[in-house]
Amino acid sequence: MNLLRELFETLRAFVAAVGAVTLFLVRVLGQAPRALVRPGLIVDQVHNVGALSLVIIMTCGLFVGMVLGLQGYDLLQRFGSEDALGTGATLALLKELGPVVTALLFAGRAGTALASEIGLMRATDQLTAMEMMAVDPIRRVVAPRFLGGAIAVPLLTVIFISIGIFGVQLIGVQQFGVDTAAFWSQMRASVDMNDVLEGVIKGCVFGVACSLVAVYEGYTATPTPEGVGRATTRTVVISAVLTLILDYMLTAVML
Amino acid sequence: MTDASEADSIVEIRDVHYSVGDREIFSGLNMTVPRGRITAIMGPSGTGKTTLLRLITGQIKPDRGVILFDGHEVPRLKRRELYALRRRMGMLFQNGALLTDMDVFENVAFPLREHTDLPESLIRQIVLTKLQAVGLRGAVRLMPSELSGGMARRVALARAMATDPDLLIYDEPFAGLDPISMGMIVRLVRRMNNALGLTSIVVSHDVQELAELADMSYIISGGKVVAAGSFGELRAHNSQIVNQFLEGLPDGPVPFHYPAPDYYEQLLADREPETANTSTGTGS
Repeated sequence: MNLLRELFETLRAFVAAVGAVTLFLVRVLGQAPRALVRPGLIVDQVHNVGALSLVIIMTCGLFVGMVLGLQGYDLLQRFGSEDALGTGATLALLKELGPVVTALLFAGRAGTALASEIGLMRATDQLTAMEMMAVDPIRRVVAPRFLGGAIAVPLLTVIFISIGIFGVQLIGVQQFGVDTAAFWSQMRASVDMNDVLEGVIKGCVFGVACSLVAVYEGYTATPTPEGVGRATTRTVVISAVLTLILDYMLTAVML
Repeated sequence: MTDASEADSIVEIRDVHYSVGDREIFSGLNMTVPRGRITAIMGPSGTGKTTLLRLITGQIKPDRGVILFDGHEVPRLKRRELYALRRRMGMLFQNGALLTDMDVFENVAFPLREHTDLPESLIRQIVLTKLQAVGLRGAVRLMPSELSGGMARRVALARAMATDPDLLIYDEPFAGLDPISMGMIVRLVRRMNNALGLTSIVVSHDVQELAELADMSYIISGGKVVAAGSFGELRAHNSQIVNQFLEGLPDGPVPFHYPAPDYYEQLLADREPETANTSTGTGS
């Protein structure tokens, strides 16, 4: 009986949390048009969460591509299909690795920064002060950060994939001597617009999900040092799990 | 309450009840804040002074009772109406609550930029005027992290005044300040109130400063107003709790000891404190 009750309570808490996040998203989206009136705030946030994540995204993209090159070459040369390295690695980067790893890195680098920043604003009464100045913090603080994140992730995904393909090429063509023409021509022949679109759509969805988790956790953080710390941790954990679940669902739909 | 006094008041609180969980914070609170005066709200720690400010400003709603700001029933207002009302209020937080990613100038300009379409030159003039009034015109480009506690509160005061509100609310404005900063804040509150024709509510337990400052004072305890009037009237009050508070006596109706098991028994008992005798008192 206790187990059943605990299960029911857990389920109830989960449904309540999903409901709360959905209502929060509706509030944020409701304020988004007013936030868009001042694009400067959103551009600032794209810079904060996007441009400042470039180094980590590019570094990781390069190394993921290089590892993919090594593993892909090792696998394909067993079948004498080294020329297919460009196609295989590009599809892997476009459809899975690019969007997923970018989202995970975004959650770790920018998501935590967003959650802790908003949480600290709550803890130091800055959000209450805004409310007292008749300024809605959802419009002034949350919506620009949410939109900035949602815009930045697809852009970062494209950059990650591009650098990743360069990394594959570096290993496959430069190190192992795969024919350059075959590498690029097979890739161009086999990768179509739908594959590119799949990566971009995933990037957009993960961007919205990770940004939403970060701003929600920050905004609802308990206004104490422990509360902000917990919100930051939860941002990473929830974003990572949500990204992988959404990845499965999107893949199942788009395959 | 007479109609005349209502017309003369900017905030009216009638029979307000408010609880957090099982804990009753207010049980029938009544209060009137006269227009154009400085009203002090005092009381021992934990009596709900800050909660009262949050009720007046509509951050939380009472369980029952009426809270009027200039005739508008605050708890019944929709978000948009509440925000319209808050443009007529300014609030000074205990820690200043300055926006940490903006410098002093931008902090003071913030409400003007959010609520008006004033040209930049006019915003600059208003901001410099407000900062001059609090003596910090020279600190326009400092970041909040570069300000002392007293300076941060003065900047917050300039920001609260930026839109020329009708009511200024000060939450513990003297807490943690050195005597010089405290004296500055006292003088500023008085000067602003008189020069700008504001109404001020000051929540604090710094009796000396409030005695110098307040036109009207309330002492809250046990969820109700236990004394109201000028400082002279409060000093003449025969309530034990009022005397304890004004004289700063460590023990009295507000006990020094938090309710605890019997001291003697607890020291001798070979048991965990939680399982010990739960009778209250400090023991003999």
